[in-house]
Amino acid sequence: MRLTRLQKILWAAAGVAALAYGALMVFSDRAPVSVAEAAFRPTFSLPDAEGRLRTPADFAGKHLLVFFGFTNCPDVCPTTLAEVAQVMDDLGEEAENVQPLFISVDPERDRRLGLAAFTAAFHPTILALAGDTEQTRAAAESFKIFFERQDDAAAPDGYMMSHSPALYLIGPDGDWLRQFTYGTPAADILADLQPRL
Amino acid sequence: MKRVILATLVVFAAMPALACETVRVGDIEVEHAWSRATIGADRPGVVYLSIRNTGSTDDALIGVATPIAGMPMLHETVVSDGIASMPHTMSMPVPAGQTAALAPGGFHGMLMGLTQALKKGDSFPLTLTFETAGDVTVTVEVLGMGAKEAECPNAQP
Repeated sequence: MRLTRLQKILWAAAGVAALAYGALMVFSDRAPVSVAEAAFRPTFSLPDAEGRLRTPADFAGKHLLVFFGFTNCPDVCPTTLAEVAQVMDDLGEEAENVQPLFISVDPERDRRLGLAAFTAAFHPTILALAGDTEQTRAAAESFKIFFERQDDAAAPDGYMMSHSPALYLIGPDGDWLRQFTYGTPAADILADLQPRL
Repeated sequence: MKRVILATLVVFAAMPALACETVRVGDIEVEHAWSRATIGADRPGVVYLSIRNTGSTDDALIGVATPIAGMPMLHETVVSDGIASMPHTMSMPVPAGQTAALAPGGFHGMLMGLTQALKKGDSFPLTLTFETAGDVTVTVEVLGMGAKEAECPNAQP
């Protein structure tokens, strides 16, 4: 049978529409996956207790366990650092491939009270970083975490810090791998970490 | 006064096993009172312990006091929408027949204005005030900074 010119145009249009629909389905199906798989590389540029500026490049090749906190924190921060210390002990020789970082969200006071002594009391491998307001804000934004100073007349110095209490795992190439929610036991962190090393 | 406090500390320090004993007042039993060592006296200390209400009426912990801190208070760590904050709390419920605890990540005693650094192996007295049962004094054992629970043979986390 012979198709009229109009019929040819209509069939062509239907074909294009079908292809477009197919492409759309494939694209829309893959889009969220590719977004989720895209490397998220949080960054920071913060001085350690001796004033040396540290960035993720300093720790290339190592897994990072990153915690944002403050040293005047009596409950959440010591509890998490105690778990991190346990993980580092239990890793044995593999511990050299893991660098725990404590990033202060209350840097001015933490530097005054002594930062390195605080983290060292939990584990000698934990490195404390405390920048100025801008550096701290930039690091928090890069990790997409929240912190806030809350005035509280009953608190030491009249304020407390609220903050995201999770522990973040960064891969050896700087990719964000996962977070351990607050309260994750050392054994669970270890079980996740060991096969990666 | 300072000498009395020191004398008290020395007495308590000599009996560290007391922290693992159960202390009773009315229907309330308190045990496993522990704290973490501090670096200096500028940062607040913490107190954790376990409370059992063996009676048939609800009670509540409404205050803490200790000679080693100028401002001891009850706080509660609250994690909401991924943010941890630590509001001051007026009381912790101790329902009839149940066990409630000051524990890491929840209710805890916060010791502000420490008169001295808390050292591992030290002990200090802490007086708890309950709404119904009244006052009871327990011995708090200071563990290392990395401690996660009381170091008693049958300790509950």
